[in-house]
Amino acid sequence: MIEINGLNKKFGKLQVLNSVHLSCQPQQCIALIGPNGCGKTTLIKSILGMVLPDSGSISFNGKSIKGEFLHRAKIGYMPQIGRYPDNMTIAQIIDMIKKIRNSPDALDEDLYHAFELEKMRDKQMRTLSGGTTQKVSAVLAFLFNPDVLILDEPTAGLDPLASEILKDKIISEKEKGKLILITSHLLSELDDLVTQIIFMQEGSVRFHKEIHELTNLTGESRISKAIAQILRQQKNGTTD
Amino acid sequence: MGRLIKIILMDILKNRIVLAYTLILAILSWSSFALEDNSAKGLLTILNVILFTVPLVSVLFSTIYIYNSSEFIELLLGQPVRRSKIWLALFISLSLSMLLAFFTGAGLPLLVHSANSVGFMMILVGCLISVIFVALAFLSSIATRDKAKGIGIAIMIWLYFALLFDGIVLFLLFQLSDYPIENAMVAVTALSPIDLARIQILLHLDVSAMMGYTGAIFKDFFGTSTGLIVSFLLLCLWAVIPFAISLKKFKNKDL
Repeated sequence: MIEINGLNKKFGKLQVLNSVHLSCQPQQCIALIGPNGCGKTTLIKSILGMVLPDSGSISFNGKSIKGEFLHRAKIGYMPQIGRYPDNMTIAQIIDMIKKIRNSPDALDEDLYHAFELEKMRDKQMRTLSGGTTQKVSAVLAFLFNPDVLILDEPTAGLDPLASEILKDKIISEKEKGKLILITSHLLSELDDLVTQIIFMQEGSVRFHKEIHELTNLTGESRISKAIAQILRQQKNGTTD
Repeated sequence: MGRLIKIILMDILKNRIVLAYTLILAILSWSSFALEDNSAKGLLTILNVILFTVPLVSVLFSTIYIYNSSEFIELLLGQPVRRSKIWLALFISLSLSMLLAFFTGAGLPLLVHSANSVGFMMILVGCLISVIFVALAFLSSIATRDKAKGIGIAIMIWLYFALLFDGIVLFLLFQLSDYPIENAMVAVTALSPIDLARIQILLHLDVSAMMGYTGAIFKDFFGTSTGLIVSFLLLCLWAVIPFAISLKKFKNKDL
């Protein structure tokens, strides 16, 4: 569904993405992890066409996304830090996006109701807390039933209740056969969500493995421990 | 596209600055006609208003508005909207709002007091100047990510065209007064939209006689219909080229 080939991107002298190759298919729930500044967000923004890569190609459903914009209709994107026009209210933002998309399909307003945003629909965006802004981002990402969901640190800043709601929603969307791409630092949260792990470091993909493959390899059942062990092995130079 | 323009336009018109700008233009225009007994003098006063306030407000308001729309632009980029469409919609809405403010503020009194070729010329030129400086605002705001720097560039652009350019031209005129530079001066005016606009209106006001020999050369060139068309084309280019450059930069920008 999403194929990435030899993607390179430099910001000034800094090589943020270094010949990244990836292939993602529907029904996968992929965790994109790695240390801060390893290029996760840049990779995501490249898929969305917000960052333009220096070289390499990205194709979506077999079609290159270069100069394309229609593929974004099939992607729901939840940014790490959602930035919204200050003086618009929650209701206005959602209405505006609906108008711009003008989608004939049924809308998915589950999260809007689950997060109880109805109660504060007339609050301006600048008065919202970080967590509430995250909720708005989540609602917008899921609103149009996209085939692909890209969630950048979805649960950071959400309270435990909201983060459970969001996780349940992610699981139910995964079961509908969608491709879900999550970046997160909270590895414990990923245990019951993801089917694959992509580990990035210094702009390149260190490994891309199925969860069961990973746990078999290391003998650990928890993702966080399995990854820690792999990293230790790589450091010692004893890995495959 | 239409939907996008409507959304942005509504947002701009909610802004009180546009309303204040309209009011100030209206007060200046109505009062300058009321104070002078002959409408030609009033026109000259309004000419100065058009050549100073309109560029300043257009370039400054647009620059600040574009910087403040960065969140909006970011939000739209996650949606299936073409990049050029976002930029173009911003340009059209900002231009429309500036045109609307200029027309209600200065256009109406002009139509009431001086419904002749000079009046129409003035409205046309004012509209063009508004759009040109909106386009220059797009150029200054794409040049840097830093808002303070961007606004600084916008002010510099205004200072240059409204004040410095005239100074430079005058300096050249005095320094090179021994040479036959009259024809070259005509070409030099093409380098500033404000000067193009000023000459165009002054020639219609029949005060060009006071501009001496250079004025006669100007009249020879700009007074003819070819000259008129050329100078309007030049003014249009002043709007199109800066915006086209900014659009090209915006398309290749990482956001």
